[in-house]
Amino acid sequence: MRKYLQNLLLRLENAFNAPFGQALNPWYHLGAITFYLFWIVVVSGVYLYIFYRTGVDEAYQSVERLTHDQWYAGGVMRSLHRYASDGIVVTMLLHMLRNFITGRFHSFRWFSWVSGVFLIWLVYTCGINGYWMVWDRLAQFIAVGTAEWFDWMPLFSQPLARNFLVQGDVNDRFFALLSFAHITIPLVLLLFMWIHTKRMNHAETNPPLRLAVGTLLMLLALSLVKPALSHAHADLALLPDVIRLDWFYLAPYPLLYIWSPGAVWVLVGGITALLLLVPWLFRPRTRPAVAEVHLDNCNGCARCAADCPYSAIVMHPRQDGRPHQLQPVVDPDLCASCGICVGACPSSMPFRSNELVSGIELPDQELATLRAGIDRTLAVLHGDARVMVFGCDCAYDVHALQSEGVAALSLPCIGMLPPAFIDYVLRDARVDGVMVAGCREGDCQYRLGIRWTELRLARQRVPHLRQRVPLQRIEFCWAGIQDDERARAELGTLRARVAQLPREIIMEEDSREHERQSGDKNQPD
Amino acid sequence: MSQPLKYLGQGLAYALFAVVLGYFSTSPEYAHLPADSALLKLSFNHAAQRKKPCHERTDEEMAKLAKNMRIRKDCPRERSDVVVELEMDGKQLYHVVLHPPGLSHDGAASIYRRLPVPAGPHRFVARLKDMEGGDFSFVHEENITLGAGKVMVIDFKADVPGAPGFMFKS
Ligand code: HEM
Repeated sequence: MRKYLQNLLLRLENAFNAPFGQALNPWYHLGAITFYLFWIVVVSGVYLYIFYRTGVDEAYQSVERLTHDQWYAGGVMRSLHRYASDGIVVTMLLHMLRNFITGRFHSFRWFSWVSGVFLIWLVYTCGINGYWMVWDRLAQFIAVGTAEWFDWMPLFSQPLARNFLVQGDVNDRFFALLSFAHITIPLVLLLFMWIHTKRMNHAETNPPLRLAVGTLLMLLALSLVKPALSHAHADLALLPDVIRLDWFYLAPYPLLYIWSPGAVWVLVGGITALLLLVPWLFRPRTRPAVAEVHLDNCNGCARCAADCPYSAIVMHPRQDGRPHQLQPVVDPDLCASCGICVGACPSSMPFRSNELVSGIELPDQELATLRAGIDRTLAVLHGDARVMVFGCDCAYDVHALQSEGVAALSLPCIGMLPPAFIDYVLRDARVDGVMVAGCREGDCQYRLGIRWTELRLARQRVPHLRQRVPLQRIEFCWAGIQDDERARAELGTLRARVAQLPREIIMEEDSREHERQSGDKNQPD
Repeated sequence: MSQPLKYLGQGLAYALFAVVLGYFSTSPEYAHLPADSALLKLSFNHAAQRKKPCHERTDEEMAKLAKNMRIRKDCPRERSDVVVELEMDGKQLYHVVLHPPGLSHDGAASIYRRLPVPAGPHRFVARLKDMEGGDFSFVHEENITLGAGKVMVIDFKADVPGAPGFMFKS
């Protein structure tokens, strides 16, 4: 079932890749867009707050004045506030669904998932609370409905719904309470959003600028075309007859009357419990071994800690008596076994003639074994444009590209590739080109693998690809499982290009640079 | 894909998002109850009579109690059930027995009950009994024309001076 959904999602995302490009595809930035929409809600909410009056009549009238007397400012702000809040529900639920479909919810990700479930409750509480503030017929409907819903549980000595029987039951102080809640609950939501992303290193909490601008323009246009309006003033002596319900937030309310409040509790409680259990219900049986530190080869430079996408590595005071200040310690509960730390370690140096052990390694994918495998496959490559493809287990299966002139090695994440390995395979013209492949850009399974790889190879993040390596012999290919055509096309382009280049690869030794990189004790950013 | 086509594609994606937000934020409309209905809300909070009346303890009974518990007047805390009946146009609409809450069953019984009814003229009879045995101690009858979409609250207060009992508020 999940495989089927995964295929569907990949197709859908592919359709968006055409106009947006991979880097701007909104599907890859749903969490960040949700954050951004939250800020739009905050800014527009602050404006509305300036004009909002607390009182049975004043509340309704102040919102009416905002909507009609200053439609160009207050009205637009109100609409932005509403539509951005609705947008939060859409992007949040899609973000959840996407994380589920792509299997990003179990093991070390359980905390993000479970804290996400709390966010759903908080988002809904904020939204429903907001609709009460207008005190129109819709507010009346949901106020009474909420009270009737909670009354199903034997929590209160008197039914809550008795507070909404006749006009006059609701007083001005009630609106002071509501507006206080409408500041407090969003603050709690923000706190939980922070907690939700706390475990992630470099969490993407801002979408790319162009997506942000596009989203704001879309919301502004919608606000002008279809401004948010109130229903008639609440009147407890009248039934709220035909209601223009906001289905994003209020869809469960009709069920209170179609089914019963108890049934809605069972539904909502059941969904919540199921969601909370997802990380354990659907986790894979086995988990790959987590990263292991080899202090003999570690100078405590902290690059592994800086590059770890899930903050699983913490630098502690050195314990082994060697003259370095720090040593990395891996938290096995947080480690994703992605190997990005291995790619970050300056000791991941295949040129060593002695035993190859890096400062940090994945026990299932030791560098010495990988190097031996590479040596074996390169020895039998032949043809005019021989290429070594480094790929990633989560993306397009690079083994499918193998041929007599093409060798492939798939790593848990392309971020595990130490740049020195590119240098290593190009040395002595053992291959003519290198293709570096991984997940679709913006959709790295381990969040930062593509970003760090691009920066390392562009010599902007340590460990740098050495200057002596000619960049025209390297091609990137960010391709998903289904992107066979694209991967083959990129490989074709690379092979055609390197076929034009002289066979001899000029690689001037720069030993100083090598020393600088591997011995660099500067703390990384 | 050419640049103008890309912009067109992006515009379409944003437009789709806007249409989804714009439509489902108010549509489809929801009709809470059929147009020709009214709603009765039967709701009150009432402490029933005590099950047994207070009585003076005899000297014999007093002697059996610990010294610090010897109070002459003995008032058992437990209250009676509250029985409520509502009749509309001669037919029973609702009947309920409310047990007094609390560990000693001495609390005030509460009720909140929605009863959708057709709009129009009706004869309502409400009855309430709050003591052991005997007949309904409070009865209220009234002819009321309920407009469509109106809410009528049926409240009960035993402590309104001069007119204790049911109140029909429409
Ligand atoms: C207000 C609502 C939410 C906001 C603002 C939000 C935001 C974010 C952000 C910014 C990230 C980091 C993205 C990155 O840097 O790669 C993230 C990750 C994550 N979120 Fe949410 N989220 C929300 C709701 C949820 C919900 C409801 C769930 C699921 C129940 C969820 C599950 C996750 C998971 C599992 C990750 C980790 C993904 C990974 O490791 O690649 N989130 N979220």
